[in-house]
Amino acid sequence: MATADLDVRRGAPAPKDRLVNDFSLQVATVNGSGSQSSNLVLLRTIFQMGIPVSGKNLFPSNIAGLPTWYTIRANKNHYVGRKKEVDFLVALNAETARDDVAALEPGAAVLYDEPLRLDALRSDLVFYAVPFDRLVAAVCPEAKLRKLVRNMIYDGVLAHLLHLDLAQLENALRRHFRKKPKAADLNWAAVQAGYEYASQHLPKRDRCWLEPMQENAGKIIIEGNAAAALGCLFAGVTVVGWYPITPSSSLCEYLISYLRAYRLDPATGQATYAVVQAEDELASAGIVLGAGWMGARSMTSTSGPGISLMSEFIGLGYYAEIPGVFFDVQRVGPSTGMPTRTAQGDVAFAATLGHGDARHIVLLPGTAGECYTLALAAFDLAEEFQTPVFVLSDLDLAMNHWIADPLPYPNGPLRRGKVLDAAGLERIGEFARYRDVDGDGIPYRTLPGTDHPAAPYFTRGSGHNDRALYSEKPQEYVANMDRLGRKFDTARARVPAPVLERDGAGEVGVIAFGSSHFATLESLDQLARQSGLHAAYLRLRAFPFNQQLRDFVARHRRVYVVEQNRDAQMLDLIRLELAANPGGPADLVSRLRSVRHYDGLPVDARSLSDEILRQEAQP
Amino acid sequence: MPDRLNHIGLAPADYRGSKTTLCAGCGHNAISERIIDACFELGLQPHRVVKLSGIGCSSKSPAYFLSRSFGFNSVHGRMPSVATGALLANRTLRAIGVSGDGDTASIGIGQFIHLMRRNLPLVYIVEDNGVYGLTKGQFSATADEGQKLKSGVVNQLPALDLCAMAIESGATFVARSFSGDKRQLTQVLKAALSHQGVAMLDIISPCVTFNDQPESTKSYQYVKQHESPVHDVDFIPYFNDITVDYEPGAVTDVRLHDGSHLRLRKLDRDYDPTDRRSALGLLSNAHGGEEVLTGVFYLAPEKPDFLAGLNLVPEPLATLPDDRVRPPQSVLERINASLA
Repeated sequence: MATADLDVRRGAPAPKDRLVNDFSLQVATVNGSGSQSSNLVLLRTIFQMGIPVSGKNLFPSNIAGLPTWYTIRANKNHYVGRKKEVDFLVALNAETARDDVAALEPGAAVLYDEPLRLDALRSDLVFYAVPFDRLVAAVCPEAKLRKLVRNMIYDGVLAHLLHLDLAQLENALRRHFRKKPKAADLNWAAVQAGYEYASQHLPKRDRCWLEPMQENAGKIIIEGNAAAALGCLFAGVTVVGWYPITPSSSLCEYLISYLRAYRLDPATGQATYAVVQAEDELASAGIVLGAGWMGARSMTSTSGPGISLMSEFIGLGYYAEIPGVFFDVQRVGPSTGMPTRTAQGDVAFAATLGHGDARHIVLLPGTAGECYTLALAAFDLAEEFQTPVFVLSDLDLAMNHWIADPLPYPNGPLRRGKVLDAAGLERIGEFARYRDVDGDGIPYRTLPGTDHPAAPYFTRGSGHNDRALYSEKPQEYVANMDRLGRKFDTARARVPAPVLERDGAGEVGVIAFGSSHFATLESLDQLARQSGLHAAYLRLRAFPFNQQLRDFVARHRRVYVVEQNRDAQMLDLIRLELAANPGGPADLVSRLRSVRHYDGLPVDARSLSDEILRQEAQP
Repeated sequence: MPDRLNHIGLAPADYRGSKTTLCAGCGHNAISERIIDACFELGLQPHRVVKLSGIGCSSKSPAYFLSRSFGFNSVHGRMPSVATGALLANRTLRAIGVSGDGDTASIGIGQFIHLMRRNLPLVYIVEDNGVYGLTKGQFSATADEGQKLKSGVVNQLPALDLCAMAIESGATFVARSFSGDKRQLTQVLKAALSHQGVAMLDIISPCVTFNDQPESTKSYQYVKQHESPVHDVDFIPYFNDITVDYEPGAVTDVRLHDGSHLRLRKLDRDYDPTDRRSALGLLSNAHGGEEVLTGVFYLAPEKPDFLAGLNLVPEPLATLPDDRVRPPQSVLERINASLA
């Protein structure tokens, strides 16, 4: 890197030292100070300039007054996972400014509020002082409003320094404030003030540069939770029971707004859906199962603590065979943990949730687009397999903005599974609720209200035979549990298959899932470019696993399983899978190696590469 | 002689369930019999009724009535949420929930309160015997203060009054009856099944195995001797003519949602069952007394139920066709454009 001999006090860096469309910008503010608008406008401007970009909000579990950081990463190679190093810092929080500056790599740039006097701290950084109070006072005579527009000043300053397209910036800003034209004008004035000031007083000395590209044509930018909510909308969800919890609340809040807009009967204005904010997560789960039993497409969204409370109901859903979709937007545990930080810590828990024997279908979206498509799939799978289905998202995926392809309209009808109506009961002759008629382990069901003498049955979480009658007979219990096992095996071929993202040289394979995806892609490129290590990459999208996983492990001598938890939970599930189904090379389990990241921050490529190289260096 | 038939042509046998597995003489069995009577007499279509329960002796009983209806024996104390989901999915069905004093007053007290608050159209029956029967006789939260178990354990905590809690929480039909009072219980059940809103029935149901000591207020002997109906309860279904044969002032006549009438003939107490404060006053004054008050304590048939407030389409949400629950492609295109 050329940074060491860069003289930051002289003029602009030579073109060869510039970071064009390849840097990470961090805005450090106090939460509740209204910086989110400035950050989203900035993000959207870069998106509209055609440059691959992502935005990550690192916020405290608090409403106002604690430090918050927003990181925007622009990257021409589509590396939109977290980057460890910050190349450009906007320091507006007096409380964290010194630490934030101390953490920077030499050569980074700092835009700061003049009174903070940060420029004395280090001599190897580029500093830009901006008198925010003076600038905002000039554009906003009303003192009360200044706080709201003050942060927009830095968008203007950055427009000058980073070469933001001003027309796109104004477009993004007016779009952001489209319902408040007056606020748009005021904010735009603040942007202009920042821009003017920077043009006159801040000659460009740092390395970060934006240049328009054409990478985002036809793309959308969306949060994972919004995409998941759209999946529920187009899956035809009819009953929602939920209880607020970070980071899942916005999923149901988006869903409510979509349902209100698009699911009222055009003739009568009446709702084709029902949403209940329940008294707790126990009740949310009860609502989901009650509705699923009645034949509705029902769902809830929650996070780890909510899943803990729902475990009894989900066990009932498994054993009594009732459909329902459970979104678990994971955050850091155990217990309350770090509610606003990200993790993949519920993998093992979700896969086997409940007392006694239980195995659940778990879907693993890795992109915002998959938050949508796997939500659609979850409702079909829940009804086809008559069982609770988990969708495991996480805070990074769910609450941050991601570039995605336009969401595709679902093909074909809703798959409602094996439901017998009165005519179907006539046809079939004899109905037994839990009988394996088709040999796939999936029984037929009837819905309450069906007018046929054979239709009614008694649903229970207690032992039952194939006619749904209470039973404690050993052979009937075993027969039922084995059928449930067969049903789960049937699911292997029907859940979303893993994706072979990269084919490698045969020696090393990497397995990842969920929000680790983008960092993993970047890490593979780092390994190939910097160390000549060409690894293959299989991205898991569901549990139970299928043959592709076994084949992938068999094709590689060492297989790194990347996950964001301490205990290598996914590796454990893979190990069980490989051990439980013998066949192929005997040493498959011993090929697995673990790469874990669990500090609450989204995983970054550099950490993955370093850890893989460290383990590769060991015998 | 063939069975007598009701107005939809069904016999009492059409409302029966499987053979009970509860103890001989259990009050719960008598309640199941009265549910059968009430559903028969009202002429309910069995397939239009769903039965739900939690866990415990009481919660086993839905298997013992209405075998032509769908049933759901769910988890301990959480039946209200299951019933909520079920009725959201299909509001055209009648729902009967059976719980016990352990299932409701201890583990399920939270869901109970929120069920009452929501005024979900559900007949919620508490088969109340003051003990945990299925785990062999531990106290529940409706057990009498100072009561002693055979083992010598004394209950030091006051009993919860589920009727008062239900009224406080927003229930619109609150009654107490006794499993052994055949006439009153049948009338109350019929009225509850005709009510459009939550109907909470606290039914004293003696546990012959664990809590039938004469001094227990949940024993047969005690309730027989101390039952104090606050009125005579008469239910006149919508399909029968109403005859006016009472003196003004002596009777409260309440029209229910389906056109049925509940006629409460005042005995020796002066209170208004359509007035919450009056009903709460009655229950509050009875605390510590020797008597077991029974009757319909509170009624608010006009208050809209939970489902009415959701502005739902009239058809069951569960079975709406695809084109009514999946917006057209143009909607998704519009949304995509707004995100581009």
